[in-house]
Amino acid sequence: MSTLRLEGVTVRFGQVTAVDDVSLVVEPGVTGLIGPNGAGKTTLFDVVSGLRRPSAGRVLLDDEDITAKGPHQRSRLGVARTFQRLEVFGSLTVWENVVVALESRRRSPDLAAGLLERVGIAEFSAKQADTVPTGAARLLELARALATDPRLLLLDEPSSGLDRAETGAFGALLRELSAEGRSVVLVEHDMDLVMGYCDTVHVLTLGRLLVSGTPAAVRAHEGVREAYLG
Amino acid sequence: MTALLAYTIFGLVTGGAYAVVAGGLVLTYSTSKVFNVGHGAIGMVMAFLYWELAENRGLPQWLALLVVVGGCAPLFGLVVERFVMRRLAGAPVGITLVAGVGVLVGLIGVAQVVWPPRARPVRPFLDQHGVHLGQSYVSGHDLVTLACAVLVAGGLYALLNRTRTGLAMRACVDAPELAALYGTRPHRLSALSWAIGSALAALGGILLTPVVQLDYVTMTLLVITAYTAALVGRLRSLPWTFAGALGLGLVQSYAVAYLPSSPFWIAFRAAIPALLLFVVLLAMPQSPLRIGGVRGSRGVAVPGALPTGVGAVLFLGAVLALALPAGPVVAGQLALGLVFGIVLLSMVLLTGYGGVVSLGQFTFVGVGAVTVARLGSSSPWSLLLGAAVAALVGALVAVTVLRVSGLYLALATLGFAQLMDKLVLQSPIAFGVRGSLQVPRLVESATGQLVLAAAVFALVGMGVLAVRRGRLGRRVIAVKDSPAACATLGVNVRWIRVGVFALSAAIAGLAGGLFAQLRETVAASDFQLFNNLPLLLFAVIAGVTSVSGALLGGLLLMLLPVLQSGFPALAGVAVVLLGVAAAGLARDPNGLVSWVFRAWSWRRA
Repeated sequence: MSTLRLEGVTVRFGQVTAVDDVSLVVEPGVTGLIGPNGAGKTTLFDVVSGLRRPSAGRVLLDDEDITAKGPHQRSRLGVARTFQRLEVFGSLTVWENVVVALESRRRSPDLAAGLLERVGIAEFSAKQADTVPTGAARLLELARALATDPRLLLLDEPSSGLDRAETGAFGALLRELSAEGRSVVLVEHDMDLVMGYCDTVHVLTLGRLLVSGTPAAVRAHEGVREAYLG
Repeated sequence: MTALLAYTIFGLVTGGAYAVVAGGLVLTYSTSKVFNVGHGAIGMVMAFLYWELAENRGLPQWLALLVVVGGCAPLFGLVVERFVMRRLAGAPVGITLVAGVGVLVGLIGVAQVVWPPRARPVRPFLDQHGVHLGQSYVSGHDLVTLACAVLVAGGLYALLNRTRTGLAMRACVDAPELAALYGTRPHRLSALSWAIGSALAALGGILLTPVVQLDYVTMTLLVITAYTAALVGRLRSLPWTFAGALGLGLVQSYAVAYLPSSPFWIAFRAAIPALLLFVVLLAMPQSPLRIGGVRGSRGVAVPGALPTGVGAVLFLGAVLALALPAGPVVAGQLALGLVFGIVLLSMVLLTGYGGVVSLGQFTFVGVGAVTVARLGSSSPWSLLLGAAVAALVGALVAVTVLRVSGLYLALATLGFAQLMDKLVLQSPIAFGVRGSLQVPRLVESATGQLVLAAAVFALVGMGVLAVRRGRLGRRVIAVKDSPAACATLGVNVRWIRVGVFALSAAIAGLAGGLFAQLRETVAASDFQLFNNLPLLLFAVIAGVTSVSGALLGGLLLMLLPVLQSGFPALAGVAVVLLGVAAAGLARDPNGLVSWVFRAWSWRRA
């Protein structure tokens, strides 16, 4: 069971402050990270996965300071993510995409078929990854992240491109992952998914943390309605 | 004090001419996002054209200048934009780069056909109108150069910042589709920037002719200096580009004045532009891993282990069948073609799989050749040692240059090739004081050489395919498609890149050793910087993603000089065709062999 802690994380792009002094704790279970477009959610994922150095603040995983570590080192510590704008390896097959991830953690390529089965895209296994539909590519990114056997899984808008049935199956998968003892953080616009499956929800607006709490508490919060409805 | 002033003036004047060239480069890049490697070649051809009009046909200087800079050069820019670059909009850097190299090589071919080599003096402008500054003399030509630099700087600044056209140009870089919605016409703007850019290349080239003589390659590569200046401005900022150009002019001028004139330092001076290119690249911030968007490329099908083995046996059988009846000359030429094929195999790994364009691959061939030549032994181990030394050099280069990526990386390899050429390969360290070395052969007969080259080609080809099928190959391609995703999956992107670079250098070095002992005599001129360019073009034309492409490319590369010496009239034409073919085919790196594969699978289907 692992805990992610952000302390005063700030990210500036020139004059713009994309993330402004955010401190939060992610406990085991499923955590939602919501907020309007431009709130800084993806930037925060970039900071946690190590693709972007924060201008200020610290990132701690199970009380270990990982702020200075590169993305591949964090992956070895058990951090994995998917991308809002897809980052599949387009020249490789779907199966090879997962194998690359397995091999980087010295796990057997034989596990790939099972992972593709688990996220529900086994049928695309032999297809070149830049030819599969968006929804399937998102699930491929999830399978690839799972291939590294992560403790902390960051999912950036995983349900966009999925139909209603697929979203339902995805929700069930979230529960399973959480039951396996992984911490899952979800950036998501599908409020049914967030409210139905998250244990805790953090709301960001304009780079600042607005409120944290249970889905019910967040839903009732005045500021959240304002942030979303203007 | 007088000397200092004189050298400062000289430096500022040269820098001013560089600034004109570099300004054109930045304009085309910042409005079309295509880095024109052929920029210097355009300047070169236009300078020749100016010579033709002003010196050979007796037109007044001002009229010749007007015709070339105001007419021919912009027109040529329009043609290149319309028929080469527009088709490549949004293509990966590697592809636009190859198209640019195609334009460059084609233009050199044109110049060679139209203006065969001989001395071509060019009169400076306003010869009688110099001024005295204290005890220094500033010639009329120098004043013209400085005035042009100032006018170009002011003109470009006003165009981009003070006119609607300039505003639209800048908007089109960020979002051409969006800009089009607001009534601008991206193609027209891009065409305009290419027209202006090539006019500036022409002007800079003409202004520089009294300083550097009219020569195809020297003038073309002179733009390494312009690249460096443009990089000082990060290919965007005109003021920084101009400052960079003036700085470079001064550094070069002071180097002439104050560095000792021993052979080493003379070579060092020639290497200054490349050295500065390196320094500027290394001073750039580490490029962040790009995030967003699926990238993928469709390679040719990769054969399994069994078909590969069968293919290798068939290939060796075919070579043996050819080798036995062939005379020594033909066998020797075929062996050379196969050695070039091995060089191209190194590019299959690096460029075809890894997506990294190297403009310095032939330099590693040189490193392998020098090592084998220096060892002077006819043991097969010397070949492996040559490969090992090349791998070591490759790894060192990779560690230094891999902090930058894409275009900057390709330019860094060009800088590296230039540095090695001037400082190592041309110095006595490499080929001794006589400039050439004798190399003992591993096997005496030409037939034996052919069989040796074929065996090594087959082995390396099988190795490259095994890499592609295996763990390393998957990783290399994954790093090409998405370095960011690789990093978050625990792959150490940096070491994969360094490893591939070193492995590819090792293969090139191995080919270098074979080349040296096949030729029996090797010299620095075999590994000139310029040789890298046809190599890249043949790789892409034949197919840089497959072993069969490497084989075809190697044989074509071997045939080029044979054709040129057999039909001297066609020598330049062949180079022009090569450039045009590359510019046209750059879009599909799978090359000619993929057409054959496609035709084959269509027939079977």
